[in-house]
Amino acid sequence: MTERTVIQRDSVPRLAAHTRLRFDKARDSWTIQAPERSFMLDAIAHAIVSRCDGAATVEAIVGDLCRAFEGAPRDVIETDVLKLIQDFADKGVMAA
Amino acid sequence: MTFIEAPMALLAELTHRCPLQCPYCSNPLELERVAQEMRTDEWLRAIREAADLGCMQIHFSGGEPTVRLDLETLVAGATEVGLYTNLITSGVLLDEARMKRLVEAGLEHVQLSFQDSEAAGGDRIGHYTGGHEKKLEAAKLVRAAGLPLTANFVVHRQNADHLEAMLDLAVAIGAHRAEIANVQYYGWAILNRAQLMPSRAQLEAMVATVEAARERLRGVLVIDFVVPDYYASRPKSCMGGWGRRFLNISPSGKVLPCHAAETIAGLEFDNVRQRSLGEIWRDSSAFNRFRGTGWMPEPCRSCDRREIDWGGCRCQAFALLGDAAQTDPACGLSQHHAHMVEIAAEDSAAEAAEFVYRRYRNPSRVGSEQ
Repeated sequence: MTERTVIQRDSVPRLAAHTRLRFDKARDSWTIQAPERSFMLDAIAHAIVSRCDGAATVEAIVGDLCRAFEGAPRDVIETDVLKLIQDFADKGVMAA
Repeated sequence: MTFIEAPMALLAELTHRCPLQCPYCSNPLELERVAQEMRTDEWLRAIREAADLGCMQIHFSGGEPTVRLDLETLVAGATEVGLYTNLITSGVLLDEARMKRLVEAGLEHVQLSFQDSEAAGGDRIGHYTGGHEKKLEAAKLVRAAGLPLTANFVVHRQNADHLEAMLDLAVAIGAHRAEIANVQYYGWAILNRAQLMPSRAQLEAMVATVEAARERLRGVLVIDFVVPDYYASRPKSCMGGWGRRFLNISPSGKVLPCHAAETIAGLEFDNVRQRSLGEIWRDSSAFNRFRGTGWMPEPCRSCDRREIDWGGCRCQAFALLGDAAQTDPACGLSQHHAHMVEIAAEDSAAEAAEFVYRRYRNPSRVGSEQ
């Protein structure tokens, strides 16, 4: 990896190799297990991350979330999705 | 009654044996011998109990964990119970066949230590000729196996000026993450404090280098930077709070709240050979001694950061003040903070003598033999 991955609408995000999405019974929370780090996911973060399957584009994920969370404005959802995925990409937790 | 959370991670110190002799080793001065080490089945039981208790990650450490020939079995055992597995290694004993077996067992991440950015310094600091070269080979094996890699650099006055080159090396070997950790002063590192303590000017240069690199390498390399406590104004949240997030098992099965906890006189540690990990986590006097905020003196007790830094580091309070129940003197609010700053100024200005290398022998004789 020599260049930063910049997440855009047509990016196809996925969890980076060797990170794991895992439900933790002890804390009743979805988590991402990554090298020497654990990330606790709230309901919104889980809704986003669980849709990053390496097949769907960011645009498709946003569309799916709009249907799942009726009433939320699309531009707000898109901003949140891009921000979260970019942040995880910068932390090496997600790839695209 | 203090609320007891589930631990996040187990640090499994499989052995104290190690081919390297780094003078800041976090192992105790009294290194445990091979005859004291837990058997494979004992480790496997402890690993299962850690997962049951709520641990999500396991860090296989040492000493050098790859000297244990059952490492693969233990990694497989941890994988089976859903733990995220991390190997913390010097890399000098890794070869392709071993790497392959570890990956097959489910290993998910490797943290590889470097003692410097180049061989001359690295081999001298680790006291192992040819070590640096072997580490570069090990990095290739890890990346060829497709595993993510963290490059760990312990920094101090004798290599701090190479920080830029260390970060370049981390990128060159394909590391995803670099851990730039200033020496923490317990045990062996205290014996070598004057040989290791950076100056304030060195610290400022390190901070500038890290900040610039974080900007330049955003999305390429994640950089974790551990500052030297002696120059801090607020203490580190040591272990995320005593008995709150981590447990550490020593090679012989002693269960410790942190890897340096044995430096604190008067604490008694339970052994996972005798009691379950769950019982120890909940009931052990050593874990409960500094858990939560009830033990705190002033200025911690009324401080609005008491649940952020949890009073800092108990081992440091003991090492410098002889009392683990005091505020970590790394805190600017500690009445002893000025003393700590003086120590750092004196040590960093003193001429650096030879290292006292980490070896198996009577530690009370170590100093005088050099």
